[in-house]
Amino acid sequence: MDQIIVQILNGLDKGSAYALIALGLTLIFGTLGVVNFAHGALFMMGAFCAVVTSKILSSSHKVVDETRTDFLGNPLEVDVFYMQDWFGETAGAAIMDWAVPLAILVSIPVMILIGFIMERGLIKHFYKRPHADQILVTFGLAIVMGEVIKYYFGANPIQTPAPEALSGRVDFGVWLGYGPNAIVYPMWRLVYFFFSASIIAAVFAFLQFTTFGMVVRAGMADRETVGLLGIDIDKRFTFMFGLAAAVAGIAGVMYAPIVSPAYTMGMDWLVLSFVVVVVGGMGSLPGAVLAGFVLGIIESFASMPGVVNLLPGINQIIIYVVAIAILLIRPRGLMGRKGVMED
Amino acid sequence: MSNNNVTRRGVLKSGTVAGAGLAIPTIFTASSVAAYTNEPGAGSVKFGFNVPQTGPYAEEGLDELRAQELAVEHLNGMGDGGMLNTFSSKVLDGTGILGREVKYVTGDTQTKSDAARASARSMIEKDGAIMITGGSSSGVAVAVQALCQEAGVIFMAGLTHSNDTTGKDKKANGFRHFFNSYMTGAALAPVLAAQYGTDRKAYHLTADYNWGYTTEEAIRASTEAMGWETVNSVKTPLTQTDFSSYVAPVLNSGADVLVLNHYGGNMINSLTSAVQFGLREAQANGQNFEIVVPLYSRLMARGAGENVKGIFGSTNWHWSLQDEGSQAFVRSFGTKYGFPPSQAAHTTYVQTLLYADAVTRAGSFAPCAVAEALEDYEFDGLGNGKTLYRGDDHQCFKDVLVVKGKENPESEFDLLEVVEVTPVDQVMYDPAHPQMGGAEATLGECNNGA
Repeated sequence: MDQIIVQILNGLDKGSAYALIALGLTLIFGTLGVVNFAHGALFMMGAFCAVVTSKILSSSHKVVDETRTDFLGNPLEVDVFYMQDWFGETAGAAIMDWAVPLAILVSIPVMILIGFIMERGLIKHFYKRPHADQILVTFGLAIVMGEVIKYYFGANPIQTPAPEALSGRVDFGVWLGYGPNAIVYPMWRLVYFFFSASIIAAVFAFLQFTTFGMVVRAGMADRETVGLLGIDIDKRFTFMFGLAAAVAGIAGVMYAPIVSPAYTMGMDWLVLSFVVVVVGGMGSLPGAVLAGFVLGIIESFASMPGVVNLLPGINQIIIYVVAIAILLIRPRGLMGRKGVMED
Repeated sequence: MSNNNVTRRGVLKSGTVAGAGLAIPTIFTASSVAAYTNEPGAGSVKFGFNVPQTGPYAEEGLDELRAQELAVEHLNGMGDGGMLNTFSSKVLDGTGILGREVKYVTGDTQTKSDAARASARSMIEKDGAIMITGGSSSGVAVAVQALCQEAGVIFMAGLTHSNDTTGKDKKANGFRHFFNSYMTGAALAPVLAAQYGTDRKAYHLTADYNWGYTTEEAIRASTEAMGWETVNSVKTPLTQTDFSSYVAPVLNSGADVLVLNHYGGNMINSLTSAVQFGLREAQANGQNFEIVVPLYSRLMARGAGENVKGIFGSTNWHWSLQDEGSQAFVRSFGTKYGFPPSQAAHTTYVQTLLYADAVTRAGSFAPCAVAEALEDYEFDGLGNGKTLYRGDDHQCFKDVLVVKGKENPESEFDLLEVVEVTPVDQVMYDPAHPQMGGAEATLGECNNGA
């Protein structure tokens, strides 16, 4: 039973990342009608916002230590951190330690800007082109973004730890009446789950309870009529692209301590996120979130040692098997609407 | 009137004799045209450096490429000469190889067997590479080695640690300087037993490909021989990044040691997950829970950061070694690139020099002559002490380094410390060892190609 609870927690954790990415994909598809294969790359860019913020906050100058030598036998140059120079040792160390949460503040404007540049500079030219063209151009863009990151940051994953205070474990089992250490779960993963849930709730609230959101929803339902009412829906949709990029970016920032950022992570998440969107139902925001959590939990259970040893490789195909099954029973996905991608 | 008795039999006889007569010069002088694949002209000779420049092992691949370029510089008499100055063989004098300038072409294996074969084939067929070296994955090395065997060129394997490369899948045209899974097990197990005791229960997470299988097999065999028990082993996809689902069940599995048969990015991520789930501070079976990483590299250790501290593993070579050869190589590489070389860089540099040396000693680029010069060749001064290129399986035998993550690193490169240099005798094995494919596994015939 304890293992089942751990896998549910793992699934919720993974599912919340799927849900955030799928939410952004659905927003872009629902508003602009664009199939954005570069959305996983935006998630990766977010994770690298955390890396860059961490590097900036840990920037240092060299001081020669004559008593020690480097690998070539020259006097060793020791790093002295600017943060500790400026704010003292304790405060400076604390700022560097909290680099990942601070990176959220950096990532929001950066990702909105990247989103604007992507939409205005490239994707808007493909609105009236077939979906296949959109896929090709956004997929190419994703490859370019990955290679740029590899050029500057190398190919190996880069360790980006969570703040010390949030790096510990929570004895989850004690809360549920189990003995000590029966169900131990990393604190940052719980933080990630609650953070994702808050972001998802905020996006829904924005769309549901603001005038801007109402117009966007109306535009998603009937773009032409909203345009005839004299509303510049294109401008709002461009903003939604920026918002979707920011959501993917924040998801990436917060995920950086869970899986060390690497240039390949965009592609790793992209295909699965599209499966999530299709299973949830093209254009359905609640469907994307629901499918994200469902598939995350199923994938976690399929990775349990007992299951993998019984059915080797099942963990690698389970999502696709479930997707096929769901689409056979409900061809429009879990919460798909009639008429979307059916013309 | 002339006697014109032309018969069918006569024509055939004459034709056969004439044909044989015309063919004789080419049969006996074929070697002067193309005795073997990509026989070089008088001016230069071309090497093919086939390394992963993209994919999960790209960091190692790019370091291999740097070292290979450095080796070419040294062979052509540029730079400080590096390990040419410390190599026990003195036939290389910095004037190229057999009077020819060394040139090279590069290819990207993408850490994929099919891409690696395509890249190697292109370098052999289009660029005229006489020798292929590189590779940072055993799956890739085995695939490219087989291709080189068919094509009739020498394959000097780079970073490949699976037993299969010089075991089950060994080839007469393939040679490996890097150590292997069996050697890791033989060197590491006694150190683990001394550190953690003989009453231990191990749980293996294993990368789901060639190298993962042989490493798990070797570590299991060596640790079980010391009294350890293996409670479970789970295969993990090579593309996996989040290992939480695999790591979470470990603590309640009855195990008190987790063995991560992972390399590169896989290892960085699986170790990160293990640390997140508190395995390093955990207690199991009344003992401290321990993690072991059989194959270490400094590049991986840098990626894993703080998490590697105190964790045991093995490595083929480390820049902190104090022998003359290692020092010369570190000086040469560090001066050129600004950081110390990795074990991947070291092994490909050494392989390039060893090939050049064998050609020079053989007096020929013909693959079979080079292979003969390498077989049972003993050398020193290349960073691993006295080393034997065993003729039976084309595997190098040398001391093995057992290392652990350094507790108090002094610099960003100072991440591993050597805790034991395991003597070569302890890691030696019979060429027909079951882990190496048994008696059925043979090198086959050397192929000169062309």
